[in-house]
Amino acid sequence: MFSVYVIIPIFQSIWVSFHDWDGLGAMRWIGLANYSELWWDEAFYTSLKNNIIWLALYLLAVPAGLMIALFLNQTVRGIRIYKSLFFFPFVISQVVVGLIFSWFYAPGFGLLYALIEWVSGTGVAILADERYVTYGIIAAGLWPQIAYCMILYLTGLNAVAADQIEAARLDGAKGWRMLWHVVLPQLRPATFIAVVVTVIGALRSFDLVSIMTSGGPFGSSRVLSYYMYEQALSEYGYRMGYGAAIAVVLFGIMMIFISGFIWKMWRDEKGV
Amino acid sequence: MVHLRKGLVLAMLLSTAAPAFAQSRVLVFNSNASDPAPKAAFEQLVADFEAENPEIDVQVNTFDHEGYKTAIRNFLTADAPDVVFWFAGNRMRPFVEAGQFLDVSDVWAQNGLTDSLSSTLSAMTIDDKQWGVPFTYYQWGVYMNRDVYAQVGVEPADTWEGFLANCEAFKAAGIDCLTTGSKALWPVAGLFDYLSLRTNGYDWHMQLTNGEVAWTDDSVRAVFAEFAKVLPYVSANHAAIDWQDAVSNLVQGTAANYVMGNFAVASFKDGGMTDENLGFMSFPTINADIPRAEEAPTDTLHIPAGAKNPDDAKLFLAFAARPDVQTTLNAALGQLPVNAEASVGDDPFLQAGFEMLSTAEGGIAQFFDRDASPEMAKAGMEGFQEFMVRPERLDDILERLERQRQRLYPQ
Repeated sequence: MFSVYVIIPIFQSIWVSFHDWDGLGAMRWIGLANYSELWWDEAFYTSLKNNIIWLALYLLAVPAGLMIALFLNQTVRGIRIYKSLFFFPFVISQVVVGLIFSWFYAPGFGLLYALIEWVSGTGVAILADERYVTYGIIAAGLWPQIAYCMILYLTGLNAVAADQIEAARLDGAKGWRMLWHVVLPQLRPATFIAVVVTVIGALRSFDLVSIMTSGGPFGSSRVLSYYMYEQALSEYGYRMGYGAAIAVVLFGIMMIFISGFIWKMWRDEKGV
Repeated sequence: MVHLRKGLVLAMLLSTAAPAFAQSRVLVFNSNASDPAPKAAFEQLVADFEAENPEIDVQVNTFDHEGYKTAIRNFLTADAPDVVFWFAGNRMRPFVEAGQFLDVSDVWAQNGLTDSLSSTLSAMTIDDKQWGVPFTYYQWGVYMNRDVYAQVGVEPADTWEGFLANCEAFKAAGIDCLTTGSKALWPVAGLFDYLSLRTNGYDWHMQLTNGEVAWTDDSVRAVFAEFAKVLPYVSANHAAIDWQDAVSNLVQGTAANYVMGNFAVASFKDGGMTDENLGFMSFPTINADIPRAEEAPTDTLHIPAGAKNPDDAKLFLAFAARPDVQTTLNAALGQLPVNAEASVGDDPFLQAGFEMLSTAEGGIAQFFDRDASPEMAKAGMEGFQEFMVRPERLDDILERLERQRQRLYPQ
């Protein structure tokens, strides 16, 4: 099963990326031409740059999730309700998140637009401005991602040994020092998982881009996965070879991270 | 894939709803008419066809309108129906070249369609053969809010200078002269097409969309120079909104004009406009020496090469080409029949469109994304949108489009 659904498609993609193919006619071998075109393709670099911005900003979800988790990790009446309310954004589908944020940003009636207009006099249509559009989409993506990291940390915090906290408190540790030296080391498994899911989430970000902007305005909010979809499968695309070449590049980037994670896991296991 | 699945579910529902007795001749028709009005129109068309040919059972699979565009590639190769819906011009070329569409020149020859459908003959012909039958088209043009014109005290102008002068008046009154919603890119292609047809004419426009004119050529710059003149008067933030959102700008009177296709009339009227305050005119003249060309995208029916019942499919195509059939179908669709012998409904916008198209001596263009190859269309429309937001980047945009042209049409 694994080879049919994972391994073979990987090699097929690499194979297709050496061809010129519209998905219907015959495949034509063109060697590395897709890759050399990619090298000169401005849209590819825009997507790559956006992917890096995504990666960097998306990681903010990890500390933000930790903060909320620490804040919610107390025994107050009704805390479960607050916890589930904070977890709520992760439950909604990404498509719905995208739609809600598009309305939030919409020129004319959007809340944020109206707010900016009220403060500064002129509204800013976030999704129509190439300078802000990627950040606008990332903000939408962070909302559920923070909730996800929070739930990971909440489960982690349950496992933090109470006696160690007690011992540290007797030794006079407080606030940041307590967090940094006592709590965080015990949360390392949760941090590891949170970073992994966030990195992968950032690299495969597609649904929000597709829902909120379709890569626009004029392609400035594309990410690699969306560009690949556009080239290979969208209404005006059907360059399977070129799309496959983008996929291979994206796969390469993911492999760098994934092998990094695997190497770390392997090292940790050996260390035990 | 979701759309495909939806289509399949629909197909299953429809097939269980069909009469229990099996008819020997089954015709499978894949349609993209997912909106209520077109769907009812096609159901009527199929019912009329079945009434005339009781031995044929037509099974309709209705797909979501947008999803159809990707689903067709799957079902043409995997499980071909007998009749499919598609578009004329270069938009059908990939399927023709991949051998996915059947040559239907015999249907044209036997039914005298080269005469009655002559207005779209060139758009249906590749390699001197016809590959499908057109059944409807609709005009593009300038839709306007007459109340706003009256409020500002100007008259609609049929020349570009006059139009721009009006724009100045609208701007002074705080009204967008021209509105559009370019989030989905294609609305700006209509604007570009008209500027191109009015500046350099139909033949030149066809050469451009066929990749025979360099995008860095001065003739292209001439089009963009006219384009630049109207940019200060276009709705801000058009890149963030869909075409329907721009409809409400016109309805609410915050905008005066909208370059759109006739299908938008239904939306204008849903918004509360009437035949009195909604106006229509042909795009203003830029160069008076150029014969007037218009834009009218054509919708067509084709037979897949893998059809199981091509003979009855040809019957269906011939049926859909008949003047009386096109009259009823288009009355229900609210569009224009392609068949010259058919008659037009008494809707004022359809009448105006029919009059405008039948007197367009310059020629009838399909639409940028149907005349140009799909990849060129995508790159071009992105370039138009970028130009509208950042006109100072014209040189970069044209160079990028020229690189794309050289890749797609190697000399």
